[in-house]
Amino acid sequence: MVILLCKRLAQAFLILLGVAAITFVLLYALPADPARMIAGRSATAQTVASIRHELGLDQPLLVQFWTYLTGLLQGDLGRSYAQKTEVWTLIAARLPATLTLMAAGIFVEVVLGITFGTIAAVRRGSFVDRLVMTASFVGVSAPQFVAALLLLYVFAVTLGWFPMSGYGSFAHIVLPALTLGILGAGWYARMVRSAMIEVLNQDYVRTARAKGLSSRRIIFRHALPNAILPIIAMIGIDIGQFMGGVVVVEAVYGWPGIGQLAWQAIQQVDIPIIMGVTLTSALAIVAGNLLADLIAPVIDPRIRTS
Amino acid sequence: MFKRWLLGTAMATAALLTPLAASAEGKDIVVTYKDDITTLDPQIGYDWVNWSMIKSLFSRLMDYEPGTANLVPSLAESFDVAPDGLTYTFKLHKGVKFSNGREIVASDVKYSIERAVDPKTQGPGAGFFGAIDGFDDLAAGKDGGLKGIETPDDSTVVFKLTRPDATFLHVLAINFASVVPKEAVEAAGGDFGKKPVGSGTFLLKDWTIGQKLVFERNPDYFVKDMPKIDSFTVEVGQEPLVALLRLQKGEVDIAGDGIPPAKFLEIKNSPDGAQMIVDGEQLHTGYVTLNTKVKPFDDLKVRQAVNHAINKERIVRILNGRATPAKEILPPLMPGYDNDYAGYDYSVEKAKALLAEAGHPDGFETVLYATNTDPQPRIAQAIQQDLAAIGVKAEIRALAQGNVIAAGGTEGEAPMIWSGGMAWIADFPDPSNFYGPILGCGGAVQGGWNWSWYCNAELDERAVAADSMSDPAKGAERIAAWKSIFTDAMKDAPWIPVTNERRVVAKSLRMGGENNIYIDPTRVINYDAIFVK
Repeated sequence: MVILLCKRLAQAFLILLGVAAITFVLLYALPADPARMIAGRSATAQTVASIRHELGLDQPLLVQFWTYLTGLLQGDLGRSYAQKTEVWTLIAARLPATLTLMAAGIFVEVVLGITFGTIAAVRRGSFVDRLVMTASFVGVSAPQFVAALLLLYVFAVTLGWFPMSGYGSFAHIVLPALTLGILGAGWYARMVRSAMIEVLNQDYVRTARAKGLSSRRIIFRHALPNAILPIIAMIGIDIGQFMGGVVVVEAVYGWPGIGQLAWQAIQQVDIPIIMGVTLTSALAIVAGNLLADLIAPVIDPRIRTS
Repeated sequence: MFKRWLLGTAMATAALLTPLAASAEGKDIVVTYKDDITTLDPQIGYDWVNWSMIKSLFSRLMDYEPGTANLVPSLAESFDVAPDGLTYTFKLHKGVKFSNGREIVASDVKYSIERAVDPKTQGPGAGFFGAIDGFDDLAAGKDGGLKGIETPDDSTVVFKLTRPDATFLHVLAINFASVVPKEAVEAAGGDFGKKPVGSGTFLLKDWTIGQKLVFERNPDYFVKDMPKIDSFTVEVGQEPLVALLRLQKGEVDIAGDGIPPAKFLEIKNSPDGAQMIVDGEQLHTGYVTLNTKVKPFDDLKVRQAVNHAINKERIVRILNGRATPAKEILPPLMPGYDNDYAGYDYSVEKAKALLAEAGHPDGFETVLYATNTDPQPRIAQAIQQDLAAIGVKAEIRALAQGNVIAAGGTEGEAPMIWSGGMAWIADFPDPSNFYGPILGCGGAVQGGWNWSWYCNAELDERAVAADSMSDPAKGAERIAAWKSIFTDAMKDAPWIPVTNERRVVAKSLRMGGENNIYIDPTRVINYDAIFVK
């Protein structure tokens, strides 16, 4: 187990290094010149050259990358070009909001997904099944922008149950989490349904039925735990996705997450912020998957032995 | 010494506002923006959102009467301009304090302007101070400051210029010339933009990154009865549509991003619409650059032909009518705008005839660059269709702003660029601001902003001559000189002037004041002057 963990950590480190290298080279290859963006329209060529020198952009690519890496290993993500603030400060300020929304969104997804996926599997072929599957199809294909505005209009503007915008209290998170959760739940519902159907066709379920167990006990004690494994893997992926920022939902609800930071940085060719956000979300994806891999054997003994 | 101006002290500014002061003062207001505030460092901030906040956090030697383009002394009590226009002497108001309690002295002015020029600051304002003696050395990164700024005593600042610069008083009124305390800049450890200390009408009380900024009135501001509100809270990351809904509910007082197109007519036709919409002209021209170094735009007839080809009314409709068709380079609000200039009228026949004369009866193929944020690609498509009507096939390259800027500044790269989304909004209300970097020979260099690569040595000489007339008495003559420079530039048709965009701000019914303090020509929202009814 410890060896496996070490192996996985080494892998994770290499992945992050790879992400850093690829992102760095891609940003370097952009035709836009950050020094010119900073220096503004009135700048002389001399000023632009001086600023390029200040930023170290006149160095060869490898030297620049090495400087960045050594900084990174000391926990220094550099300073934003446009804001001059340390990138880590900017990310850290937005991390709580991003993590909160991630947790709440995934919670809604999982609860809705498992509930409706199970109902659909148990009532396979019925009207309820078709309704759940249609709804989940609509959910996964609906544009976030439309769904977010619709919820906002109904529950905040018209009914006034929740605040329209902002961050800080429980009431603020309900609508953003519901938007993400309802849209994402479709994936989970479909996944749970097909996994459940597979499990419900297994011999041991038939045996359980034959010995007279209640169907509630069969579903909750015997079938569901075995069908839940793919859900854990999906959560791992979702963590990464939500960490990278859910730009649209953040924008509609004025949620101060990482997505807004990344979006503005891309507009301004603010390379240190783009690097910082990319690495943070890469780290989250790696960590999420690592966590999923570690939890899987706890739930499923078959993985433990193999 | 031919002129001594003692009249216009900043007190005049306050006097101008006394009618407003009669209404109830006080109150706290909420302002929203979609984009986060990048920085409040006056030597770095350079976008239309932070511009107005920085204006109110800091003071400068010169400023403008609210809602106008009229220069008045601000931190300066008085000033003299030497007859040769090379020496400017300013006397500071005594007893003006930074919000950290220290009194402002002459060396603070010197330090602040040196900070704007120093490449270590990495700011966009250096170029404005090019006339000050010692600029070249400091801009090249050499130590020693600007030798052209002298401080004989604590309340006197003398500027020595290497060439007369009639815009110099405007330069001292732009944000980059704001006075900052050295000790606070150094204490902030490179992040003065998040911990600003100034001497303006407001103080920054609190900044929650990514959420909101709270500005409180400066109780020690050196002009009495300013500002008119107790505080304003800026909430960022607010989608314009949601901001407008909140404004209608009374949660927001000013929606800084204006009114989204989908809501515009609904609001406009509502009973309170007229009071909520502030629709004002700004010093802006949207244009298409025609690269004079790329075939076939090196041919004047071709440039004139495409000037006749663009249906500007249709582009105005794409902008929901929030613009007017442009005929010339300068926007109508700018001194020197030529009311009598007819421009190139929209005429497919004339365009085709000129193309035929130039030897392209069947048109040609070219490339049109534009930025990729709405509505710019749609405007580029409208231009593309107009060009197609005269046989010119333009391929559109819609790219991120930085990439378009890079293409424009590379010789022989971009035949046409639609400037929307990065167009020239004047830094100060003077026509020379529309020439040098974007139409002069100095900007037609690698990495420059003259994307037409237009270089007319004769016009350059006339521009230098006009900017040497720093005697205020010659103001009218100077503006006339500029007017003819821009009219003559249009004869060479380096641009297609397309639109003059207006800005729209939405405000709640309790907000008072004329439209021109919500869309102030030099600062957009004038937080010093707006008030609650």
